[in-house]
Amino acid sequence: MTTVDLENPAFRSGIELVPTLSEGDQTQTGKDFTSDQEVRWCPGCGDYAVLKAVQGFLPELGLKRENIVFVSGIGCSSRFPYYLDTYGMHSIHGRAPSIATGLATAREDLSVWVVTGDGDALSIGGNHLIHALRRNVNMTILLFNNRIYGLTKGQYSPTSEAGKVTKSTPVGSIDHPFNPVSVALGAEASFVARTVDSDRKHLSSVLAAAAAHRGTALVEIYQNCPIFNDGAFDAVKGPDTKADAIIPLVHGEPIVFGAERQKGLIRDSVTGGVKVALVAEVGLENVLVHDAHNPDPTTAFAISRLTDAGVLHQSPIGIFRQVQRPTYDDQARDQIATAQNAVTGSPEERLTALLNTGDTWTVA
Amino acid sequence: MAKQVKQLDRVVIRFAGDSGDGMQLTGDRFTQESAVFGNDLMTLPNFPAEIRAPQGTIPGVSSFQVHFADHDILTAGDAPDVLVAMNPAALKANLGDLPKGATIIVDTADFTTRNLAKAGYETNPLEALGDANDQLGSFQVFPVDLTGMTVAAVKDYGLSRKDASRAKNMFALGLLSWMYGRPTDSTIGFLEKRFAKVPDIRDANVTAFKTGWNFGETTEAFAVQYEVKPAPASAGTYRNISGNLALAYGLVAAGVRSGLPVFLGSYPITPASDILHELSKHKSFGVTTFQAEDEIAGVGSAIGASYGGALGVTTTSGPGIALKGEAIGLAVMTELPLLVVNVQRGGPSTGLPTKTEQADLLQAMFGRNGEAPVPIVAPQTPGDCFNAAVEAARIAVTYRTPVMLLSDGYLANGSEPWQIPHVDDLPKIDPAFASIADLAEGESFQPYARDEATLARPWAIPGTAGLEHRIGGLEKGDGHGNISYDPANHEKMTRLRAAKIERIADSLPPLEVDDPSGNAKVLVIGWGSTYGPIGAGVRSVRKAGFNVAQVHLRHLNPFPKDLGDILKSYDKVLVPEMNLGQLSMLLRAKYLVDAVGFNVVRGLPIKSAELAEAIGALVSEAEGVTVDLSNTTDLTGEEL
Repeated sequence: MTTVDLENPAFRSGIELVPTLSEGDQTQTGKDFTSDQEVRWCPGCGDYAVLKAVQGFLPELGLKRENIVFVSGIGCSSRFPYYLDTYGMHSIHGRAPSIATGLATAREDLSVWVVTGDGDALSIGGNHLIHALRRNVNMTILLFNNRIYGLTKGQYSPTSEAGKVTKSTPVGSIDHPFNPVSVALGAEASFVARTVDSDRKHLSSVLAAAAAHRGTALVEIYQNCPIFNDGAFDAVKGPDTKADAIIPLVHGEPIVFGAERQKGLIRDSVTGGVKVALVAEVGLENVLVHDAHNPDPTTAFAISRLTDAGVLHQSPIGIFRQVQRPTYDDQARDQIATAQNAVTGSPEERLTALLNTGDTWTVA
Repeated sequence: MAKQVKQLDRVVIRFAGDSGDGMQLTGDRFTQESAVFGNDLMTLPNFPAEIRAPQGTIPGVSSFQVHFADHDILTAGDAPDVLVAMNPAALKANLGDLPKGATIIVDTADFTTRNLAKAGYETNPLEALGDANDQLGSFQVFPVDLTGMTVAAVKDYGLSRKDASRAKNMFALGLLSWMYGRPTDSTIGFLEKRFAKVPDIRDANVTAFKTGWNFGETTEAFAVQYEVKPAPASAGTYRNISGNLALAYGLVAAGVRSGLPVFLGSYPITPASDILHELSKHKSFGVTTFQAEDEIAGVGSAIGASYGGALGVTTTSGPGIALKGEAIGLAVMTELPLLVVNVQRGGPSTGLPTKTEQADLLQAMFGRNGEAPVPIVAPQTPGDCFNAAVEAARIAVTYRTPVMLLSDGYLANGSEPWQIPHVDDLPKIDPAFASIADLAEGESFQPYARDEATLARPWAIPGTAGLEHRIGGLEKGDGHGNISYDPANHEKMTRLRAAKIERIADSLPPLEVDDPSGNAKVLVIGWGSTYGPIGAGVRSVRKAGFNVAQVHLRHLNPFPKDLGDILKSYDKVLVPEMNLGQLSMLLRAKYLVDAVGFNVVRGLPIKSAELAEAIGALVSEAEGVTVDLSNTTDLTGEEL
């Protein structure tokens, strides 16, 4: 058994190597990122809000439009790339992270985005998702979670609550659901966040942090499907309920919520996890201060477990984890650069030398 | 003692032992020595799928066959002239393949009651030598205590008996190297390098090798030394090369000649993994190797890299192709260059991982949903894997299409002398990336516009200003490339994709028909690794005075344009394949020709002597003559 100490590439922004607009270039607007294709989601679909938010947000990056690529899988949300006037590929079911991995590794000068859904990312493509996250390839994954299969017309998904009655589960689903944030943290993702389709401000701020992150950023977006799972996220959207339903995660701040900010998260000494307590009873000084930069994902995972697995009444929202570790693609390119710096001669000369290695003999 | 030296024109030796006995290494070294000596040669490694199958058992036997000659040869030989058996199981497992009169050199050390029982021997066959019930009576048997002599020879190095006895393969190699007058420098150099960090092991191996040689020279047991002179070869520099190595070099060469960085996305699988291993060493050529989480991610990442302007490659064997099918379809629809290498093995399912077969031709041709044509290229010898890889890359890049490269286990692990090509003679491959400069003033970019000659679409890679566009698996509108569900458009695009692949035939040279007399009525046509056995079979029939023609296909899709006329100009067409008739089916379907199959699926190359009989039978039928092939082939299948 042999291991070598890898050189860690310099930490930098997720988009540091992507060409930016020059001074003479026109300022971009959302319109510049809008393609000529008619958007064909159902009226009222949460995807519209996310599309608008992304189109509105992309100009903030100041990148050359031709260096932005959106790759998607299959499902309603995966039509996303067609509506953005960037480079894009609408690929096959579940495989977008693998395609994006090849693209991001081959090209350091691109800002690579993956658009996927709960079925695409967590069911058929679950394997690619966890491996992209553990490798930490420089890309941002937008996981639209509507907790249902929309494009195939209403079967339960891997995030649907147990007992859910759908077309394929007339007497209730017996599948235990995934919590996408827990899955991502379990795979040691370096950036994990959750946001909501209808909260454009929060969504945009999370997108900005995700784009700046070097490595795989997973952003779960709660997204309403008005046709097959309407109201799944009403608790986190309703004016009367959201204060109690949303546990807001802000790095460096105590995690408190409720209309009067009367609730907070504290350590649970019994389970080793975290639990909700009344601030008045435990004292603000004992409330957990959110540390998204903690290299150990344990606390972030514990917080993720406060998401309801059944019908959603309560969910932590925000950036769970944001840590720096070397990315696969930077390291792969560094290994190649090191090898290339060590040789001289034209590729043709070196190929000739390669073909002539080993025991050779000459016939005159 | 001066020994008699006997001239031979060709010899087939099989080294056989336990999986852990180092038989592959022994065979490989003997091959290198023979290659450096200048013989023509072909090799056939044969080993179990288990890394260390139970010791001393028949399933654990690993063997390496090498055929070397003073003339041009085509196969690794149907049967060995010499068997080196390191234990009872190796003797028993290989005995059935030996012709009468063959030589057996056997290590007596392992012929214990226990090991005899493991191999299924009730009595020790070596004890009955010369008796009335001698099972080995029809062979020339040399029982030698290889292990004992090895242990004695290396006792000064302080190794345990177990470690010392591990050098017995080098003792055997030394003995055989003496017997056939092989040069020894390359093996000694190899051992010194390989075991540089463990001097006692290094010295033990070198000593065992030299002692084996000296034993041959001094013992009275071996009275004859053989000489197989170098084979005449055309001028040039040569090396010995295996198919997987040649294929990997071909991919590096394709990168150099196209100026594209090679990106390999691959998941380990027998017998293709060596290509991944080899390419991972060539980062200085800008080659990226990505060991993916599964077969699908392997091809997915390659497609992503191709989309980004790299030469995307994925390597696998049949089961992996089954998993990659949907993604290959995506590359058909998005019309991106992609190389898919299938090193075929015995199937179906897990099948025979370490054995060879050609049963994935129809999978390559049709193994996707929808009308999804994919060009198919097949190498015919280990060294030819290099050219086939460059050719597959040329097609992929020029026509913006996935290309299937069908190698197989025999080519992958087999080896032969290879005339090293001059890099300048290799074809240049032009990626011809699209740019805004290609567009007229005010013209908008059409990602599915067509090149008139090739019908290829433009390859516009991200980062190209003004050519932003979206592609995907949904049906594309002709020209503009947006999603289209229009019936007429789908009909048009389906036919365009098919026509594009057919256009490749415009770039193919005419087939080489090997019909020396011009009077043959029977044509033998094959593809892939059957080239050698077919060639040897055809030679035998000609040697007996009969006419037969041979054609071998490199391109299986599209077929070369002149194939139909060639097939129709012969009365009988024989198609030998290591499957149940897949090329036959394609030829029958496309050309309405009454192709006759010769089909063998034993996990091993076709035996040329058996094939010669089949060719003879067909010649007899076609010409109304009696074909007698006796005396034209010897027992090893090559013509005398």
